Amino acid sequence: MALLEAIGLTKRFGSLVAVDDVSLVVQPGEAYGLVGPDGAGKTTVMRLLVGALSLDAGSVAILGQDLARHPEQARSSVGYLPQRFSLYHDLTVGENLAFFGSVRGIDRKTLTGRAAELLAFVGLTGFENRLAGVLSGGMKQKLGLACALVHRPSLLLLDEPTSGVDPITRQDFWQLIIRLLGDGAGVVVSTPYMDEAIRCSILGFMAAGRILTTGAPRSLLAPLAGRVLELRAEPRALAHQLCQADPDVEDVAQFGELLHLRLRGAAVFSGLQDGQATQLRLSSALAAGGVQVLGLRAIAPSLEDVFIATLQATALEARHE
Amino acid sequence: MSELAVQVDRLTKRFGDFTAVDGISFEVRPGEVVGYLGPNGSGKTTTIRMLLGLLRPTAGRAEVLGFDVERQAEAIRPLVGYMSQKFALYDELTMAENLEFYAGIYGVPKGERRGRQQAVMDLVGLNGLGDARAGQMSGGWRQRLALAIALVHRPQLLFLDEPTSGVDPVARRIFWNTIDKLADDGATVFVSTHYMDEAEYCGRLGIMNGGRLLALDTPAALKRDTLPGPTWNLIVDRLIPALDALESLPGVFQVGLRGDHLHAITLAGEHSQHTLQSSLEGMGFSVEVESTDPTLEDVFMALAGDKAPSLD
Ligand SMILES: Nc1ncnc2c1ncn2[C@@H]1O[C@H](COP(=O)(O)OP(=O)(O)OP(=O)(O)O)[C@@H](O)[C@H]1O
Ligand SMILES: [Mg+2]
Repeated sequence: MALLEAIGLTKRFGSLVAVDDVSLVVQPGEAYGLVGPDGAGKTTVMRLLVGALSLDAGSVAILGQDLARHPEQARSSVGYLPQRFSLYHDLTVGENLAFFGSVRGIDRKTLTGRAAELLAFVGLTGFENRLAGVLSGGMKQKLGLACALVHRPSLLLLDEPTSGVDPITRQDFWQLIIRLLGDGAGVVVSTPYMDEAIRCSILGFMAAGRILTTGAPRSLLAPLAGRVLELRAEPRALAHQLCQADPDVEDVAQFGELLHLRLRGAAVFSGLQDGQATQLRLSSALAAGGVQVLGLRAIAPSLEDVFIATLQATALEARHE
Repeated sequence: MSELAVQVDRLTKRFGDFTAVDGISFEVRPGEVVGYLGPNGSGKTTTIRMLLGLLRPTAGRAEVLGFDVERQAEAIRPLVGYMSQKFALYDELTMAENLEFYAGIYGVPKGERRGRQQAVMDLVGLNGLGDARAGQMSGGWRQRLALAIALVHRPQLLFLDEPTSGVDPVARRIFWNTIDKLADDGATVFVSTHYMDEAEYCGRLGIMNGGRLLALDTPAALKRDTLPGPTWNLIVDRLIPALDALESLPGVFQVGLRGDHLHAITLAGEHSQHTLQSSLEGMGFSVEVESTDPTLEDVFMALAGDKAPSLD
């Protein structure tokens, strides 16, 4: 049985369609990654999945239990970490955990052992007696995560769990997630980190309330193979301008000192091997235009490239509709 | 007095018997973009709040734009822009009204306000969204508004505390291109972040751990000087078991996830591509090992990770 089966989720706020016919299925052991630009509707999807918002259309089933009809049972196997988690600032770290544990119906004795384990996992051992209100930003996030895990849920809904979390804890966090997946848990996670997104079993790219593309990270990267070039050139502004105007170049983006060029599919596949010809031609065109090319090479596409390409393709379609 | 944008001398902050910032000293020159990295709770926000005169140092001293943070805080605040980690926007107000409100607080002259507000909304990519209620905006949009607010009075020095936390990757890049532009125009930027790709954009980086400043240098120098040995990517079938196996190998300093594969730092002279490959294969893994260039994530792990040399 699927851990989570969400079909045709739709949510309107007035005339705005915040979530538009979104479906996702999570099997045990799977992590579903929701990525997309700010305001795409990721948080609203999470809130629909946990029943914090009511659906205008569609259905959510968690371990076969319909969320609308049996909210209590459905929710008992869900752990939810909202993006803006509310801790009790006037309670200590330990008291917050105890509170969320008791809400989840965990008896005091079980909780004592588990609290120590969870705090050790999130790196807050030794801070049990500090008031939550004076924790650093990242420490609050870690406490939030510990609270969401307190009842050992089999489905985890994590809304940007690692925003504001340091790289070391991010490591520990994902190692735990992968271990939980190994034990058969399922996860829906939204993240602005593309290096995290690539660890998911399935990714859904969201924009303007819709899921634009979905698939395993590898299959999403495949269409861009050989099409992303890294250019180091002086002066950068002129290089940017010339590339933008080049017929083989679909997009130019600035990464600090470097430019990333995305070639049109045709420029790679109809040309000689691997777009070599295009690279050579581009190089001499830039030189002819007064740009000094310090380096031009093909690089492996990243999910960020997929992200940008998907958004641009949709924007184009919308214009042609 | 000084030509420096920021000058910090043995600055310390204690809360009760807990030392949040522990005798740090550093300088920031005008026009620099300095990144401030460190694990959660290492004292970054506490430092920034002391530099803004919002928190009283327990010991040591600091000058910002030539003014003493304890005695001349009022002189500092109009000259600097501050974007706090959890910026308080008024949810019931629109984006434009929030900006207007802060423009007033920062004393932007009435006649200039309209143009100035328009300019910063453009700069952060919020044009056209002025009428939206702040409470309904997603996290990333709120961050952008917070940056606009920090910029509205044309500060020459910016303190940005995790400005891009929760911001999408494209917007983050645009954000850093904006920082670039501001720095080109002469602004000094002091910015904390947990994104190592952003840290690459900084001229120099300070790394905090447990309240102490462990290093302050250019990204290139940090990568050259702080690692105990070479770095490797390992593409392997079973991530976590392989990670556990690698951690127990002698000569391996640190192992972590990197994207969808593993990444390791080994001690100098202890391993080659071949020894790593054959050790793992010997344990039944199918693995591909590549030597890599060190990254700032490696630097961070080496200086602040659990294998880092103890502070005491
Ligand atoms: N008013 C206070 N009373 C007691 N402890 C405090 C107070 N303010 C901060 N601290 C503690 O000081 C330490 C440093 O906090 P700070 O907010 O400076 O960390 P940070 O480096 O900014 O972390 P993050 O990356 O999570 O934002 C933390 O342990 C925090 O709990
Ligand atoms: Mg902080």
